[in-house]
Amino acid sequence: MNRFNQLTLRLLVLFISLTMPLVALADVGLDEKIDNLIKPAADSVANLVFTSFNVAGVAIPFVLVWLILAAVIFTIYFRFINLRAMGLGFKLIRGDFDDPASVGEVSHFQALATALSGTVGLGNIAGVAIAVSLGGPGATFWMILAGLLGMSSKFVECTLGVKYRQENADGSVSGGPMYYLSRGLAERSPSLKSLGKVLAVIFAICCIGGSFGGGNMFQANQSFLQLVTVTGGENSWLADKGWLYGLIVAFIVGMVIIGGIRSIAKVTSKIVPFMAVIYVVTGLVIILMNYSAIPSAVAAIFTGAFSPEGIAGGAIGVLFQGFKRAAFSNEAGIGSAAIAHAAVRTNEPVTEGLVALYEPFIDTVVICTITALVIVITGTYGGSNADGVALTSAAFGSAISWFPLVLTVAVVLFAFSTMISWSYYGLKAWNYLFGESSVVSNTYKVLFLAFVVIGSSMKLDSVIGFSDAMIFAMAFPNIIGLYFLLPVVKKELNAYWKRYKSGELTPAK
Amino acid sequence: MSSTIIVGIDGSEGALRALDFAASQARSNKQRLLICYVIEWSPYTFNTPSENEQRHRRREEEIERAHNDLIEPQLTRLAQSGVEAEGQVRHGQAASVLKDLGTEVDAAVIVIGRKGTSRLASVMFGSVAGSLVQIADRPVTVVP
Repeated sequence: MNRFNQLTLRLLVLFISLTMPLVALADVGLDEKIDNLIKPAADSVANLVFTSFNVAGVAIPFVLVWLILAAVIFTIYFRFINLRAMGLGFKLIRGDFDDPASVGEVSHFQALATALSGTVGLGNIAGVAIAVSLGGPGATFWMILAGLLGMSSKFVECTLGVKYRQENADGSVSGGPMYYLSRGLAERSPSLKSLGKVLAVIFAICCIGGSFGGGNMFQANQSFLQLVTVTGGENSWLADKGWLYGLIVAFIVGMVIIGGIRSIAKVTSKIVPFMAVIYVVTGLVIILMNYSAIPSAVAAIFTGAFSPEGIAGGAIGVLFQGFKRAAFSNEAGIGSAAIAHAAVRTNEPVTEGLVALYEPFIDTVVICTITALVIVITGTYGGSNADGVALTSAAFGSAISWFPLVLTVAVVLFAFSTMISWSYYGLKAWNYLFGESSVVSNTYKVLFLAFVVIGSSMKLDSVIGFSDAMIFAMAFPNIIGLYFLLPVVKKELNAYWKRYKSGELTPAK
Repeated sequence: MSSTIIVGIDGSEGALRALDFAASQARSNKQRLLICYVIEWSPYTFNTPSENEQRHRRREEEIERAHNDLIEPQLTRLAQSGVEAEGQVRHGQAASVLKDLGTEVDAAVIVIGRKGTSRLASVMFGSVAGSLVQIADRPVTVVP
């Protein structure tokens, strides 16, 4: 432990001594300098991933069609597994069929909770606000639909994540798309072996990029923005000190991921679910406080979904906004969650897939919907220029004046826990490419911290563009692999489902 | 009459008194002892991904450490005094693990020490002895 602390200290000192000269060089306007440096690269990556084609005058990015099409195909192929297995999924989370011999191992609940802490975050708060401000109330409808469909994608990828995980010599496990793409495809047919390897490498590269983008810079950027908003907006002392916020957050994240200071992670992992509950309950309270506005809000959501007024691209434009933010929030089809779910201890890979159904459900169908309803019911979305998390903050603030402060704490904590999760996803991909040695791992971690600072210093547009792009890019190699591996999942599911229906699965107690 | 006495231990003074009491019972009734140490654990906690990744190894380390530090020294002591004994380490909630173990081996009695916590503390957090007495399906002896 002592050695660890020394190492951490050394790395953190190194990191700060590398970044401090940057800060010293330009006391004012460093943000803009970093922004100008990164923007061209960020924009070109975004343009490549979001190659679009025109439908009814709206530019629809191919990647979005790719994600939704996959979710629809999986839903049909598994005969609405997203709906029919929710009961069984709940029993599994509760631990009904747990093997008594594996008490003390990672439970289904823990695997789900960990994966959720990676997805419940700013996507649910800021992303939804962006969807509603650009797409109107109708975006909510498409978001919920995308959430329900996304459950099937999650089921497929998490089942595979467990099935093809690698058990390391030290007893730890590594899983996720890198492993099911390379091992799974090779197992399907020898002729697919090299394709699987190529897909795994592409996935790993995109995952590293996503871990620096949506899993890191977007989080740092939006949480900083919220902090500035509550401390006085443009007049805030913090307004031009993104780099300072970045350094502080990077330091704390560094203590956890490099230093292995478990107490910080432990505290956060206890507070974050608590904050999520506060957020949901407050949202419900605000909705109930305005109960008379509920019918018109629901009407606005339905009419807005099919025949919106004043939205660029009409219904298709609304659908696009809803689907996009749902996909960004719950990450179904992206493959990230499969890495987190792979740690569960079970001999039945399909059980983890069934548990994972609840991830898009809780993330999108419950939490995102509450955010959207609060924004729609309080009528905060029309006219105001507020974007992202500031809009959600204004919506909650219009009903409960002091809530933006609580929201700020929640936003910073959500951002922090999402960063911790994504640093793990990125690290796993990094290790897959470059090996498991500690030098390799620490290189990644220091890079990750550098991006925290960059993310806090950049303007919203280029950060969102880049983070969207890298996370969505993961969906290409991942879903190609999922199509090839569908029969494997079907076989697992059918075998398990048969035993479940025949009562062969005995409850633990 | 069943021939097994279960003793729940936790490394405290009270647990040692419980063990001594159980050992004298076992000696006079020609019964065997089953010593159990429960590592407090709940399946419903929130962990980081790297904690989950390391969990399998940590669990094995926890079990090994408990065996070496708590169970083995007592087994050696009991063997010297001529009492037949075995040891077990399990994860879970102490009271319900001991109850289940009792059912599993059809124990004659479960013996545990009392923590000696204040009344307020046991109202707030409950006590293992208190819950075990409530849920057990066989005799429980609480040694003060």
